[in-house]
Amino acid sequence: MNGLVLGGTYALLGIGLTLIFGLMNVVNFAHGEFYTLGAYAAFATLGLAGAHFVAAVLAAIACGVALGAVCELTLLRPLRAESIDTTMLVMIGVWITMQNGELLLWGGVAKSIPHPFPTAPLVLGPVSIAPLRVFVLALAAGLIVASYLLIHKTQLGMAMRATFQDRDTAALMGVRIGRIHTATFAFGSGLAAAAGALLGPVFLAYPSMGDLAALKAFSVVILGGLGNLPGATLGGLLLGVAEELGAGYVSSGYRDAVGFVIIILVLLLRPAGLFSKQERIG
Amino acid sequence: MTRAGRFVPVLLALTLPLWLGSPYFLHVVIMAGIFGILALSLNLLLGYTGQLSLGHAAFFGIGAYTSALLTLRLEWSFWLALPCAVAASGLAGWLIGRLALKLRGAYFVLVTISFAGVIALVSVNWMDVTNGPLGLPGVPAPALGPWSLRAKSVYYYLVLVAVLIAYLVCRRLVASRIGRAFVALRENEALAESVGVDVTHYLVLAAVVSAAMAGMAGSLYAHYTRFVSPEVFLFSYTVTMVIMVVAGGKGTLAGPLVGALIFTALPEALRAVTSWQWQMLAYGVLLVLLVFFLPRGIVPALAAWRAWKAP
Repeated sequence: MNGLVLGGTYALLGIGLTLIFGLMNVVNFAHGEFYTLGAYAAFATLGLAGAHFVAAVLAAIACGVALGAVCELTLLRPLRAESIDTTMLVMIGVWITMQNGELLLWGGVAKSIPHPFPTAPLVLGPVSIAPLRVFVLALAAGLIVASYLLIHKTQLGMAMRATFQDRDTAALMGVRIGRIHTATFAFGSGLAAAAGALLGPVFLAYPSMGDLAALKAFSVVILGGLGNLPGATLGGLLLGVAEELGAGYVSSGYRDAVGFVIIILVLLLRPAGLFSKQERIG
Repeated sequence: MTRAGRFVPVLLALTLPLWLGSPYFLHVVIMAGIFGILALSLNLLLGYTGQLSLGHAAFFGIGAYTSALLTLRLEWSFWLALPCAVAASGLAGWLIGRLALKLRGAYFVLVTISFAGVIALVSVNWMDVTNGPLGLPGVPAPALGPWSLRAKSVYYYLVLVAVLIAYLVCRRLVASRIGRAFVALRENEALAESVGVDVTHYLVLAAVVSAAMAGMAGSLYAHYTRFVSPEVFLFSYTVTMVIMVVAGGKGTLAGPLVGALIFTALPEALRAVTSWQWQMLAYGVLLVLLVFFLPRGIVPALAAWRAWKAP
């Protein structure tokens, strides 16, 4: 059950990253920082302003979207013609900058985010779970469904899918590629921030929390295959459960090693991802 | 460059401990040397074959731990432990090369990150051997016969020789048939393969040499600071190496060394002015600016400027 809660947020992280990678061909190393941003935004709205939890998640998403859009417009757009290595280095720079900016702003001490839920666990038959986690899981599921609807039912989503399949043809058909890129990056960053706001109250918020989250997101993307949305969702859930089991049955010290081992194994055995039917060319 | 132009830097490098008064400056130079070896090793992969490894701290750490454990637990001499550290890192490089170089670009990057992550977790959790997060204190300083090389001014020469060896290995390799194969792979892999370049063979070779050099740097680091902890696997080390190579000029021989000097001295200089967080913040901004304005690095930019000034 805890695995599912983790998995739901991993899936949110993974969906954002897989979209950015698949569509823009940018290896977004700063993805984890948007997750951190979300956690601190939730901390600011919940802990300092005393707002409702849902409002805090929405505020976090707004922060993520806004900063993501700024990032894309100022940094990635001028470099769109450059190679993937160049943008990757820029994103590493953004990552270092954001992380230390957060360190300066909030200090190095981990912050606990207050939440309005009772701490007594709900007991449902054989499982017991904290109400906060149920709520987190429900919100994560809602956000995943919302992203599916956005991508499959709206015009923006259709333009995104067209750009993903063939950028030049999409451009010829009148899709504004620049806008789609900005929207994709902002959307992915918003999802990462939402994941941070959701997991923040479960754990603690600290400046370097994004590093691990970014690695998790990368494992999810690899598990599911690049640019594969259902893959990323399933991959996230799978990784969350696998980690929980790994921590329970092997050793809690190696919990985070599960993700790394999965990355290595999947890349070596099924480089196109676990859930892909045929080779996808990104 | 004229003969005198070459002679002056050599003379400066040889006599440095004599006129560089403060041991603190000497420490910065020694660290720059160790990072110079690391940057050279990363450049071999990133600059010449075009494959970015973000797991180089793993090879550095493996070298440091191998050397520290051999001298501490088995009481081997440094001169035996150093080649063993080089060999252990080289072996790890071979393994990763064999496994991961089927993959390219972002996938390769991710495997190297994951590899470094696993190794770092092992170093934290395998208490019996690595002493976990507490690290291994009291790594002995190397000795040459009855003389200890513990003094900074003496250790400087050891590092200088190591940098020289690493530089010459790179230069020899790059100028050879192998180096041309590397560049051919970087520029157009399909074409290189079609004219008979064995892709896997050369990429694995690059990975092994690069990892072995990083291992040498790790061993030198362990016996210099005389303390090894899981911190040697920190991702920031890898990022520092990447910045040094890219800023200095990837695919050039002098670039990584210039990058290492600048980016070891710069944080030290910044430290005098501001706090640590601001220093890292400035570092990140600087990296973004560098990619924007000097995408090919300092050394190629200088070369272009010189060519433009004196046609």
